[in-house]
Amino acid sequence: MGLAMLGAVSQGILWGIMVLGVFITYKLLDIADLTVDGSFALGGCVCAVLVVGGVNPIVAVLAAMLAGMVAGAVTGFLHTVFEIPAILAGILTQIGLWSINLRIMGKSNTPLLNFDTIFSQMTDLTGLPSNVAAIIVGVIVAVVIIVGLYWFFGTEIGSACRATGNNEAMVRALGVNTKVTKMIALTLSNGLVGLSGGLICESQKYADIGMGTGAIVIGLAAIVIGEVLWRVLPGAKLHAFGGRLSSAVVGSVVYFLIRAIVLQLGMDANDMKLLSAIIVALALCIPVVWEKFQLKRAYTRSLKDTSTEGASTEGGR
Amino acid sequence: MLTLSHVSKTFNAGTINEKRALIDCNLHLVPGDFVTIIGGNGAGKSTLMNMVAGVYPIDAGTITLDGVNISQLSEPARAKYLGRVFQDPMMGTAADMQIVENLAMAKRRGKTRTLAWGVTRVEKDEYAERLRALGLGLEKRLTSKVGLLSGGQRQALTLLMATLTKPKLLLLDEHTAALDPKTAAKVLDLTEQIVAEHQLTTLMVTHNMNDAIRMGNRLIMMHEGRIIYDIAGDEKCSLTVKDLLQKFEEVSGGELANDRMLLS
Repeated sequence: MGLAMLGAVSQGILWGIMVLGVFITYKLLDIADLTVDGSFALGGCVCAVLVVGGVNPIVAVLAAMLAGMVAGAVTGFLHTVFEIPAILAGILTQIGLWSINLRIMGKSNTPLLNFDTIFSQMTDLTGLPSNVAAIIVGVIVAVVIIVGLYWFFGTEIGSACRATGNNEAMVRALGVNTKVTKMIALTLSNGLVGLSGGLICESQKYADIGMGTGAIVIGLAAIVIGEVLWRVLPGAKLHAFGGRLSSAVVGSVVYFLIRAIVLQLGMDANDMKLLSAIIVALALCIPVVWEKFQLKRAYTRSLKDTSTEGASTEGGR
Repeated sequence: MLTLSHVSKTFNAGTINEKRALIDCNLHLVPGDFVTIIGGNGAGKSTLMNMVAGVYPIDAGTITLDGVNISQLSEPARAKYLGRVFQDPMMGTAADMQIVENLAMAKRRGKTRTLAWGVTRVEKDEYAERLRALGLGLEKRLTSKVGLLSGGQRQALTLLMATLTKPKLLLLDEHTAALDPKTAAKVLDLTEQIVAEHQLTTLMVTHNMNDAIRMGNRLIMMHEGRIIYDIAGDEKCSLTVKDLLQKFEEVSGGELANDRMLLS
């Protein structure tokens, strides 16, 4: 049980880097970018093929990131230049990537059993158990990326990217080409997704054509969980940007912990996707239902108030 | 300054929804002109503003600003020259971002964005000073999210943002129409104050005939995509709402101004 939990934490952190990518598009740009499923697998495939080809595992992971960036740029290109709706542009890239990923690997999966990875090197170097090594590597990468994103979204270009998701008309009126900012955000986002795919591939020691399936839903679920935690946890600075980014990664860890627990309780691994979908659907439903409920309650209350007022004036007569 | 010559725009050309929004519009502004634009719904006032701002491309004609032909420039490229305030208070600001962040983005209008820090410390003092001049207490709320401000505060902020870097031309598209009368008056006062202070060339669309007469040095009336009346100087000063209505009926062939114009 403890080992499974440790594994879940390490997986959660490595997937958390993908969640940061999803955060950029979903939370900052206000786009649900479906490229993610494809670019995650792309990262894994590129990384696996390079590692098998004898490339340094760190270089392989960086190449996975670059590949993800290219995938994001393709979606961005379809969306901004040809004005294809973002969701559709993402789906097109995602579907295309399936074939590309198969071409890259030449088969549907590539095992890395006897090859050096970042994680095996870390284990060899420190003598730590592989899960702990994975957690350390994951935390280092996640911290570097969170700091980097915090810096980037504080710059002039980064501010413009954030504002694009907020109010496109305003950003254009202030002289920023929103096509460029969307392109930047989509490229950056999918770069992180590709990087995460590469890291996951090295940590699980294989890449699979289906490894990205449902990644976007995992990303959304993790963001939703992270946001809830951020609100609930005491002392958390509610709107600080760095906190929001960190909470996305923490959300990812919690997601994988929940998953591990549910699996330990005997749930079929294949049902996990349904559970993820339900978590996200609920998270999206609850605010809407809650608001409707509030409105209705306010109305019934006002009805009651006026009826009691009427009664009292009548009584007064 | 600003010259529109033979500018035309048709929306949904060739369909049942075809709308000739601007028909052969000609307009010339000299530096320092403050022009108010009135007209009924669908007269082409907002379209005129959007054509100058580059929101949609024009079908025909040319738009020149300070000797530069901007007819073909994209909206972001034109932003260098233009300060804009919209009718919808939500449209001019980014709700999820801080007041200073909004101002800092406006400060960089028309400049190439770099990887330099988005808001510098020196700027913050400047913004606090400029916000204080608005008299809305916003200088104490520099890091508040703009979404927490009222419509009037947001319009005042947008106005400040539009003029933070002095624009060659200020475009005000019914920027007080969505506000309550008292707030609208306040924002109009600020508008006059800022325009006078920076001697801005301004185009202001309004539905309020009194405001149109009271403010600016020149008045334009539009009807069905054409500029049908253009009056300036002393003649404009002595203008009354009654005159305007009469003029409107005259040029538009007896049609009455719509309710919204009459009421305001």
